[in-house]
Amino acid sequence: MPAMVRKLAQRLGMLQHSFVGGVHPNMHKLTADIAIEECDIAPVHVLPMKQHIGEICSPLVGVGDLVLRGQKIARSEGYLSVPVHAPTSGRVVKIEEHTIPHPSGMGLPSIFIESDGDDKNDESRAPISDWINTDPTQLRERARMCGLAGLGGAVFPTFIKLVQDKRFPIETVVLNGIECEPYLTNDHRLMLEHAEEILEGMAIIMHMVGADSGIIAVEDNKQDAADTMQQALDARSDMENVVVLVLPTRYPQGSEKQLIYTLTGREVPAGKLPMHIGVLCQNVGTTKALYDAVVLGKPLTERTVTVSGDALPNPTNLRVRLGTPVRTLFARQGLEDFSDIQIVHGGPMMGERLKNPDFPVVKSSTGLLAMSVQAMKAAHTVEQPCIRCGHCSEACPVSLVPNLLADQCRSDQFEKAAQYDLFDCIECGACSYVCPSNIPLVHYFRYGKGQLALQRREDSFAEASRKRSEARDARIEREKAEKAARRTRVRQTHAPKTDEAKAETAAETGGGAKPAAEATVADSKTVESKD
Amino acid sequence: MTGLLYALASLGAFALVAGLVLAIAQKVFHIEGDPMVEKLDALLPQTQCGQCGYPGCKPYAVAVASSEAEVNHCVPGGERTMLQIADLMGVEPKDLEAEPAAPMLAFVREDECIGCTLCIKACPVDAIIGAPKQYHTVVADHCTGCNLCVEPCPVDCIDMLMKPELIEHWSWPLPDTKRAQLGHERREQHAGHG
Repeated sequence: MPAMVRKLAQRLGMLQHSFVGGVHPNMHKLTADIAIEECDIAPVHVLPMKQHIGEICSPLVGVGDLVLRGQKIARSEGYLSVPVHAPTSGRVVKIEEHTIPHPSGMGLPSIFIESDGDDKNDESRAPISDWINTDPTQLRERARMCGLAGLGGAVFPTFIKLVQDKRFPIETVVLNGIECEPYLTNDHRLMLEHAEEILEGMAIIMHMVGADSGIIAVEDNKQDAADTMQQALDARSDMENVVVLVLPTRYPQGSEKQLIYTLTGREVPAGKLPMHIGVLCQNVGTTKALYDAVVLGKPLTERTVTVSGDALPNPTNLRVRLGTPVRTLFARQGLEDFSDIQIVHGGPMMGERLKNPDFPVVKSSTGLLAMSVQAMKAAHTVEQPCIRCGHCSEACPVSLVPNLLADQCRSDQFEKAAQYDLFDCIECGACSYVCPSNIPLVHYFRYGKGQLALQRREDSFAEASRKRSEARDARIEREKAEKAARRTRVRQTHAPKTDEAKAETAAETGGGAKPAAEATVADSKTVESKD
Repeated sequence: MTGLLYALASLGAFALVAGLVLAIAQKVFHIEGDPMVEKLDALLPQTQCGQCGYPGCKPYAVAVASSEAEVNHCVPGGERTMLQIADLMGVEPKDLEAEPAAPMLAFVREDECIGCTLCIKACPVDAIIGAPKQYHTVVADHCTGCNLCVEPCPVDCIDMLMKPELIEHWSWPLPDTKRAQLGHERREQHAGHG
């Protein structure tokens, strides 16, 4: 299809598809019209050693060290990992465990940096303004060294996706500006305020993966953002094959696989990545961060966060340094008493519900919501029996049967649930949202997934232990056999000592095994005859 | 009379052929070991701890396969393993003898270790490394927490510690609703009665 025709068809919505299921929650975009505000630098920043999906980092600095903003303070230890950088200049005061926004309420080793107020930058990374003539692998290394991870909330290390693989050439780059979660408006504001930077970032991505077309996807409740992006796009001459598409608002359209299906009609197979069908999807926040990393040479040290919720006096959008204590952000927006408050990290549909605000802003912090406990209770009343209405199956964007899966998880039939594709569940919460019986379906799936993962871990540990145990038994057997063989050999060579003359003759005749054996036989005979 | 001879001869010949086929089949389709023992062994947690009264998981599997031992002696395996074994053996499940303890990990206090290698010899899964007169240490990822290294240590420098809870291994509990607990209990009762 010629590019012009395709572009036209895309604009007319002829190439659009519709993912199955989905829901239309009340969007509560309280902060859509509030410009992003700069947040003051906190006196102490807390940087957990893992803020991405993958392997944990190890600290590169010690207590007392002076650091600059953007200086790498923790090194990634594995492939699926990105380093952590200092969010401001200051001194490392301690390295110890601190709670992170995680449903367990557990913590991770974290570096505490006391700000010196100067906010001096680490200038060691040179800007790459001529990225169009730069080798993509060098840009990819830049993305990795700058600690980029998916800022839409999943925090998958970005550099892994930014690769040219001959087996899976990327045709289309999708810029994800959907932001389908209620309350969240940070991507919306970024598109309004930083359209040029985002487009430049998208151009860098297209250059890096060698894609020739691109789609900027925005939901129709953000028409102003779509218009801004379109204007910025028209102002550029080098992005002819990129279109802005406005999609009807529906949750969870912003989920990568659902969005790709809507835009291309291609489904990402279970257990595969979008690159396997020639698509790359990036969030607008990540794209802006890539621009900062490449063109400005700035590592990921800040992000935009929507601070909102029905119990927050002054909701807003903030540009926050990573590691800023969440309590200070809420205090800034007029909330100090958390006794009747439920905090949500992320969006209300998929975010983590947390008991207290003693955790820092991390790379995955899209939103920080303060909800009144009453409102949350109204949404989660007593679980009633399933009435088989089928609403959950209709709402499921991956065509699962949630009520059946929940029954299986509740009664510990995890293997069966896995057969019914429990692991394809994206935990979007659409089923729980529509359930008239208030069944916490997603919670059951999380329980089931966790238990199954535990069983599989135990099984593989048992298998490894069995192998080692068998290897040990085999070794002991072998050593025993060797010892026995050595003993007989020693006995044979030393046996003739009882009869020195014969030993000498045995030695003279060659001292081999056979004569020795004969000698032993002869010995025993002589002993017998003596008796 | 000839009829009888014919009958004897034909039946005899048939018996010979059948015997030959069986003999060949036994050679060709020979199975190493007892398949039941293998299956049972695969269900056991392989801690090799000896809490069942047998020197390891395999010996216990052998004992269960020959109906010499009950199905409920494996303590670390817990309810799940007991039910699986009972299922495989086709017998009624029995109550566990003891609740499985929290997973433990052996730890050698290296300052006090004299390098006697006794714990290395005692470890059923080769999870302790070291050499004579050198410090020994436990490979935490391989330790099954079986406790067998503690007893032989002449200077008592091995501690059994709680296995650290990793955030990656944390999993969601069952929802805190009455129905969740009820459904869960029903399933357990159901499983308990075969």
